[in-house]
Amino acid sequence: MNKFPPMMRRRSFLLGMGAAAAGLSIGPKGAFAMEDPTINFYNWDTYIGETTLEDFESLTGISVKLDLFADNDELFAKLKGGNPGYDLIVPTNDYTERMVEAGMLQKLDHGMIPNMANIDQAFLDPLHDPGRQYSMPYMWGTIGIGYRKSAVDGVPDSWKWLYDSDKYSGKVALLADGQTIIQMGLKYMGEALNESDPAKIKMVEEMVIRQKPHIKAFADDNGQDLLAAGDVDLAMEWNGDILQLMDEDDDIGYAVPKEGGLLWEDSLCIPAGAPHPMNAHKLINYILDAEAGALIADYIQYATPNAAAKALMDSSYTGNPGIFPPPEVIEKLEVSVYKGEEYQRLIDEALTRIQAA
Amino acid sequence: MLGVPPGIWLTVFFIIPLSLIWLFSFGDKQGLVDIELTWTMANYARAMDPLYLQIFLKSFWFAGITTLVCLLVAFPIAIAITFSPARIRPILLLLVILPFWTNLLIRTYALIAVLRTKGYVNFGLEYLWDGLNATLMFFGMDPSGLIGERFTPAPLLYNNFAVVFGLVYVHLPFMVLPLYASLDRMDRSYLEASLDLGATQFRTFLSITVPLAMPGIISGVIITFIPALGSFLTPDLLGGTDSQMIANVIERQFKSANDWPFGSALSFILMYITFFVLAARALFSRQGSAMEAS
Repeated sequence: MNKFPPMMRRRSFLLGMGAAAAGLSIGPKGAFAMEDPTINFYNWDTYIGETTLEDFESLTGISVKLDLFADNDELFAKLKGGNPGYDLIVPTNDYTERMVEAGMLQKLDHGMIPNMANIDQAFLDPLHDPGRQYSMPYMWGTIGIGYRKSAVDGVPDSWKWLYDSDKYSGKVALLADGQTIIQMGLKYMGEALNESDPAKIKMVEEMVIRQKPHIKAFADDNGQDLLAAGDVDLAMEWNGDILQLMDEDDDIGYAVPKEGGLLWEDSLCIPAGAPHPMNAHKLINYILDAEAGALIADYIQYATPNAAAKALMDSSYTGNPGIFPPPEVIEKLEVSVYKGEEYQRLIDEALTRIQAA
Repeated sequence: MLGVPPGIWLTVFFIIPLSLIWLFSFGDKQGLVDIELTWTMANYARAMDPLYLQIFLKSFWFAGITTLVCLLVAFPIAIAITFSPARIRPILLLLVILPFWTNLLIRTYALIAVLRTKGYVNFGLEYLWDGLNATLMFFGMDPSGLIGERFTPAPLLYNNFAVVFGLVYVHLPFMVLPLYASLDRMDRSYLEASLDLGATQFRTFLSITVPLAMPGIISGVIITFIPALGSFLTPDLLGGTDSQMIANVIERQFKSANDWPFGSALSFILMYITFFVLAARALFSRQGSAMEAS
């Protein structure tokens, strides 16, 4: 809700604090030794283990102050004009890339994260952060269709039901995020997820405008609530949000459409200007611990890239196709990459036109 | 903070942030985070695109309907409060401002629970439907032809109706309070005179009450219309696929589109419109007082 540009005063104040801390430090331990036993963690809602932060506090004496953001754009906008004091943030891969490009993240000291050894090999050299210089993988997953089994014929495993059909007219919700709407539409049309050709984006825009009479709402990451309350029967959503709902309601299912979709990864990053980078490293290392990681994954039901944690989990988690899609599905998924600011504008104008139509 | 002169307060928290936004609106986006002040008019030119003008018009439409409905609903409420016994008047006024004690976001979520497919309104309607159905059956009539085979919930949420409903709900106190203030000051002997001289209640209302309440009506219309015009939370949460208002577009420029210069230009256009409305009001009231004097 804070729409004002961050004050310059605040930024220079933080820089000043950093300088003061550096000046005060004596001895080989460096500035880090002066850190207060606190950390400001900026995370998504319901996205950490039930007791993780208390466990960390009783283990290290560092108290965690948790603050929540609703989407990557909010996170980016908050940090854009200077870090207001966060130590650890959890951006999604294309935003991690964007923030590295903008110089908003600081390099990680791998020597302080021995639990990096627990991470699955496949996650150690991703496109968005080669060599994991700025980020550690936290969770990964998909975007698919959450649906009410009793109201839908079979498994709605195609984007068609959301984008190009009147079968479930008025019972369908899409995510309100412009990029996601366009990217999934591109997948439905058989195009690449990262396609940035304006003509092809326009094709998706026109398809969504045609489909609009059948769409109930563009949901702000609350598609699962619409589904739970019976306002819609099909909702485009993040897999974990639907899986948490499936836990409470047996009538809910989740499918990744056969045309494929998005494979995303949320990463643990330390923003530039973090007042407690040492504590942030400690918390990252704790989250990547096998047992702590297993407790988190068990609670939030997202796929962990932590191989040691996964080894501790039972088959109801590791064998759940909603969490770990089968290989033939993974094959059709794509990772979103940062495509520059011109692309952001294309997407925003497309969304504005879709909603104005 | 009590020792801070209001001038400093105004400068730090109003003039400086606003000036920054004003400067941004003449800026050029450089890469991801930097804005270069080039005094370009490109952002304003872009805002003149029919796409955005259409959204401005739609926002005016939403705000206008909201203001009109608020006026129609608030007038009887204000009259009722004015003519209620002095003992209970403070309680009634308290009830009017009571919603302000809760955050707007919470109130909006509460409205979702009321309006949604399985919300309280639809539960109520279903209950009535069941009753009607049973009654018709009792009298040996076939209800299916009259009221349908089964209850269909009314689509109350995620459409433009829900947006106007939400805006009216939020802004109603802004209309009631100025109306009450001017009605309370009204000299009631005028009403008595009008009725004594044979005018009907309705005629008295139109010829006496409304003109005397005019300052309150104008204030109420303005302080309802302006915030309604800039709403973004209500269309965001209660609206459907075509309920976008201009503030939603502005919000996106500061978030997903990451185009602060364009967002700033849109904000300032909205602000110029607001200034214009206020200036028109000042002109109007000056004419009004001139007329009274003559």
